[in-house]
Amino acid sequence: MNGPAIRTVLDSLNHGLYQSLADDKRAVLLGEDLLDPYGGAFKVSRGLSSAFPDQVLTTPISEAGVTGIAGGMALRGLRPVVEIMFGDFITLISDQVINHIAKFNDMYHGAATAPVVIRTPMGGRRGYGPTHSQSLEKFFLGVPGLTVLAPFNLFGNSPLGSPGQLLKDVILKAEVPVLFVENKLQYLLPLLSKANLDEYEVNTVWDDAGVPAPSYTLRLKSAPQATLTLAAYGYMAHLALGAMRKLAYEMEIFCELLVPTQLAPFELKEVFDSVRCTGRLLTVEEGTFSLGWGAEVVARTAEELGTNLKQAGRLAAREGVIPVAPDLELASLPGDEDIIARVREMVFHHG
Amino acid sequence: MLDNKELFRRLYQIRRFETVLLEQFKSGIFPGTTHTSLGQEANAVGVLAHLEPGDVVVSNHRCHGHFLAYGGDPQALFAELMGKPSGVCGGVGGSQHLHWRNFYSSGVQGGTVAMAAGMALAEKRTQSGAIVVDFMGDGTLGEGIVYECLNMISLWQLPVLLVLEHNQIAQTTPSSLAIAGSVPKRFEAFEIPTTALDSSDILDIYPLAETLIEQVRNESAPRALMITTARLGSHSKGDDTRAPGVLESLWQSRDPIAIQAKRLAGAEHNQVIQDIDAKIQQAFEAALAAEGGAG
Ligand SMILES: Cc1ncc(C[n+]2csc(CCOP(=O)(O)OP(=O)(O)O)c2C)c(N)n1
Ligand SMILES: [Mg+2]
Repeated sequence: MNGPAIRTVLDSLNHGLYQSLADDKRAVLLGEDLLDPYGGAFKVSRGLSSAFPDQVLTTPISEAGVTGIAGGMALRGLRPVVEIMFGDFITLISDQVINHIAKFNDMYHGAATAPVVIRTPMGGRRGYGPTHSQSLEKFFLGVPGLTVLAPFNLFGNSPLGSPGQLLKDVILKAEVPVLFVENKLQYLLPLLSKANLDEYEVNTVWDDAGVPAPSYTLRLKSAPQATLTLAAYGYMAHLALGAMRKLAYEMEIFCELLVPTQLAPFELKEVFDSVRCTGRLLTVEEGTFSLGWGAEVVARTAEELGTNLKQAGRLAAREGVIPVAPDLELASLPGDEDIIARVREMVFHHG
Repeated sequence: MLDNKELFRRLYQIRRFETVLLEQFKSGIFPGTTHTSLGQEANAVGVLAHLEPGDVVVSNHRCHGHFLAYGGDPQALFAELMGKPSGVCGGVGGSQHLHWRNFYSSGVQGGTVAMAAGMALAEKRTQSGAIVVDFMGDGTLGEGIVYECLNMISLWQLPVLLVLEHNQIAQTTPSSLAIAGSVPKRFEAFEIPTTALDSSDILDIYPLAETLIEQVRNESAPRALMITTARLGSHSKGDDTRAPGVLESLWQSRDPIAIQAKRLAGAEHNQVIQDIDAKIQQAFEAALAAEGGAG
């Protein structure tokens, strides 16, 4: 597509969907309010129904039914992509994902695959309130047979690993079902190019526990040895990157940031390697605190490193509803100042 | 057109398979539990006799009859139920999770209707000409996803025959305690043409299913068939809470094997019984002799 320039995460995802539909007639998009001129609630699907009218199916408000139908389509050789309008509504598809789609391959003893891709925006800071702002992906982490991805806004210059390319790769090539977790504020972030990242050393490792997906390690160039490892994904990784920079320039605290794009199955070798050097680990996630992604990352790191993990912390959303009022909403979600404060506390107060 | 003897042979094969299964369960060679289709064999045979090779079948927890009527191998099914590597799904799926060729079953009520709808959508989009047959029970009408899917099945005119095996009971709950209003009207509300049949006679079911499958295929559009039928066995094993008198009278009036047996001459009948008994016994023994499993 020689269309408009790809500047943001949203552009990139839209482009990835466009290319998927163009490259393979088996790719079919299903979801609510997908048709142009509306193009989906967050516009990730904009332009697609005009370009590929036969491959974009607008559906009734039936998340469970549509997801189950996508499972049936995938069993019979199509490559369905389901858009769930708000991430909060993945609760409605849980039986379809956990008891059906994620099980088919194993329970049919490898004789069937159901490569459904379910994409959905999580996250708050838009004032949508308790039922339209959550980050519920933790409930789908660790479901056997399900791969969960969260793209990062990196590499605008090379398409490799960009949100749209990652999405296209799973739509066209994955042999496993994938939950593709997007974030409402991440949509508007610029894709960081090599030039934007000039002050960082970026290490990319491809992890293929479920599907091939990049895992990034970022540190400031020629900074002293980091004393803490930050681990975060999606929009939180963006906040953590800003926090890491500020900690370095204003407080001379040096961190390394680990950004996996594959949340499940868990493959944390890069985190282990980093913490082996820093001794400290702080995880940041936008979902609620208990039994979340960070809990699993910390537990696995502790198991792997033993006493080489000297200190661990987790930042997450407050355990309660996410209010509409902007000040209350902000207070309920982890922000960059929270990251900075927690890092300082860990580095200064606990030796 | 299958003759009376062949129809009987197919019915009796399912019955014999499940009779041996229930007998042998006591010896501990089958892990877990199982649901048999005793009394409902004519639905499986009558409907699935009309499939073309590319057609797809989606079934539920009560799927042995469907699997055998589809052409599944009794030995592979025995082995599956024994949890052996030589089973249909290597012993992983067990009684209610079978997949072989275009046959798929699963054990969560309601979700199979979505699977069937999605498969029909896939076949329609790829213009394969194949249709989907989906078996469901009356108890499954309680699941919300069924109605989401009926809506889309009609909206998108999906080539699926929905076969509702209305045995008027779900596990222990009679449908009078679970279903309000008319069952056919639930399908008709979505403008899915629906036929209701109250019979356990293969000679009623077989020709009707032929007509409906032809319509689904020719029009690439859905049909529903509600068969009022009788579950002559337990829900799974030994968990029947119905009064013995009720069961006895159902055995008298609604046994599809007895109904069809009357149409065969004595010698012909005995011949089929002998052949099938031997075939099932051999399948059982071969499955048992294979490696792995609980016993
Ligand atoms: C979602 C779900 N709830 C409950 C069950 C347990 N269960 C298995 S079969 C069954 C009864 C189903 O009744 P019906 O649909 O009428 O089929 P039948 O057993 O009569 O063939 C129940 C409650 C299940 N498998 N799935
Ligand atoms: Mg029933």
